[in-house]
Amino acid sequence: MTESTPSDTNNIEPKECIEARKIREAYPDAILEVKEFRGDTRITIKKEYVPEVIRMMRDDPDLDFNFFSECLGVDYLDPQRGGYILGKKHRFEVVYNLYSLPDKRTGRGRNRRIFIKAAIPEEDCSVASVTDIYPGANFPEREIYDMFGITFTGHPDLRRILMSDDWIGHPQRKDYPLGGERVQFTDGKFGPSVGEGVVQHPGESFFGKTASVIEKS
Amino acid sequence: MALNSDQLNPPSLKAEGIQIDPIEDAKMVINMGPHHPSTHGVLRIVLELDGEVILKATPHMGFVHTGIEKEGEYQTYLKAVTLTDRMDYVSASLNNMAYTLAVEKLFGVEPPPRGQYLRVIMCELQRIASHMVWLGTHALDIGAMTMFFFTFRDREKILDLTEMMSGVRMMPSWIVPGGLRGDAPENYVERVKRVIDELPRRFDEYEILIDQNPIWRERTQGIGVITPEECYSLGVSGPTLRGSGVPHDLRKAVPYSSYDHFKFEIPVGEYGDVYDRYRVRMAEMRQSREIIKQALENLPDGPINVDDRKIVPPPRKELDHSMEAVIHHFKIWTEGMHPPVGEAYVPIEGPKGELGFYLVSNGSSYPWRMHERPPSFMNLQALSKMCEGRLIADVVAIIGSIDIILGEIDR
Repeated sequence: MTESTPSDTNNIEPKECIEARKIREAYPDAILEVKEFRGDTRITIKKEYVPEVIRMMRDDPDLDFNFFSECLGVDYLDPQRGGYILGKKHRFEVVYNLYSLPDKRTGRGRNRRIFIKAAIPEEDCSVASVTDIYPGANFPEREIYDMFGITFTGHPDLRRILMSDDWIGHPQRKDYPLGGERVQFTDGKFGPSVGEGVVQHPGESFFGKTASVIEKS
Repeated sequence: MALNSDQLNPPSLKAEGIQIDPIEDAKMVINMGPHHPSTHGVLRIVLELDGEVILKATPHMGFVHTGIEKEGEYQTYLKAVTLTDRMDYVSASLNNMAYTLAVEKLFGVEPPPRGQYLRVIMCELQRIASHMVWLGTHALDIGAMTMFFFTFRDREKILDLTEMMSGVRMMPSWIVPGGLRGDAPENYVERVKRVIDELPRRFDEYEILIDQNPIWRERTQGIGVITPEECYSLGVSGPTLRGSGVPHDLRKAVPYSSYDHFKFEIPVGEYGDVYDRYRVRMAEMRQSREIIKQALENLPDGPINVDDRKIVPPPRKELDHSMEAVIHHFKIWTEGMHPPVGEAYVPIEGPKGELGFYLVSNGSSYPWRMHERPPSFMNLQALSKMCEGRLIADVVAIIGSIDIILGEIDR
């Protein structure tokens, strides 16, 4: 599980960054993967530990990630071949982008950025909301819900944010078809993911009429 | 506050047999927008009011959602640059820059100094232009009409410079992975110098117009206050954060594209109100001018693009005598570039705040996921907090001071 990267000279600890060590100390079985790429650290954790780990990132004085930069969703489904790309065992990831903002007034902050990734399987598309830890997660979580259909339990106002309220399907999922929009805003009768509304779209991006909510029609 | 039954129905009325029923709930809900001129696009704000005092402001967006992030997944890395222009359309070069830096981080390359300096010049000119749009529209919202004409007159000169460089006024797409599409044309440096020499006088003009204006001060001072701690947890960045007194600028904290070569200051506010944010942006325009001046003085010679034929197509003259160059040319325009598997995020200091693209590469020539961290989107979350307890007229000033661009929020 522990990765030793000899090129990692930024940290005093030669083996792992302080964030990963702290998580391991507090929650021994939370971490799935720690990855370093071009100086950025990405820690994949089990989704059950999201609120605890994010809270620790903010509250631990050694970590001090005071600034909530954003969070985003990623879908790893390979729509043409089936299965997930890059050897992932889960379909979705929610990436929390936290920043330790160096505040010259108070002397706090380490000028470091961390990416905490929550692994989310397709069967159980939900994760605990972090809006009570960082209120700034409100809009981004709504966007992820809108675009990927991942529900955030405990979110105060989980509605669609960019698409219209009667939209069918979650557009940023990889199996969501491109093109073929005939009529919008008709009480969910038409839309790209409703069978009869689909028009063939010339181009490699069209993967057929598939959507997880097709039964609704 | 609602009057109760006894207050509404004095004995005199009762004697006449008239009965007035009290209003059950004193709260009133009104819609502001989506076509309100002060919403800078199409933003709808649902205001819950008690009289004229705002209890809660809920923004509703998505009216100009164009699916740029989804579209980006089906364009090659080079083609996706043109999509980024359309996000924040008043500061297109900075979007190109953020996207390009993320792609370059995937590759692990950096353009030569001349390319970096030209990028800085383009970005800082664009930042001034963006702030001019903000100042013009913000002042227009509050009622200072002349300002709009002044700033748009001067912004036109900066757009002329962008046109001189790229041939396009607003959507240059000139900053691309690997460097720039082309070098600066002849006389570009002189033209930029002429424009920026004139700028301080213009800035003075703006300040004379509104800075000491009592109406402007009444409308902006002490309005829409936000504390640094609220900014942190809400993810509010850029001039809005600096207006609250935090001297944080990503150009200094995490220097990119040789920003560490230039001397400039980070202007900060004190109270975090609308007026402070206005002062911060005014000072930022002057600082941007300083950066451009230094970049022009020290503009190095040499190539502008990275020397990697897998990222940058070969120059035209090489195609005449080198078969290899033809192959590279063909490959890059048909297939595109193939960054290694990985993820990259490079934050830059946009005119609105922290701007960055999160790219997930699976090794193909299409980004698996292209996501922008939209500063306006995150900053808009502070709107409700700023509006609470203020009057409707202040909402207009507060929206203006956050400097939102709906193209970026809805993407």
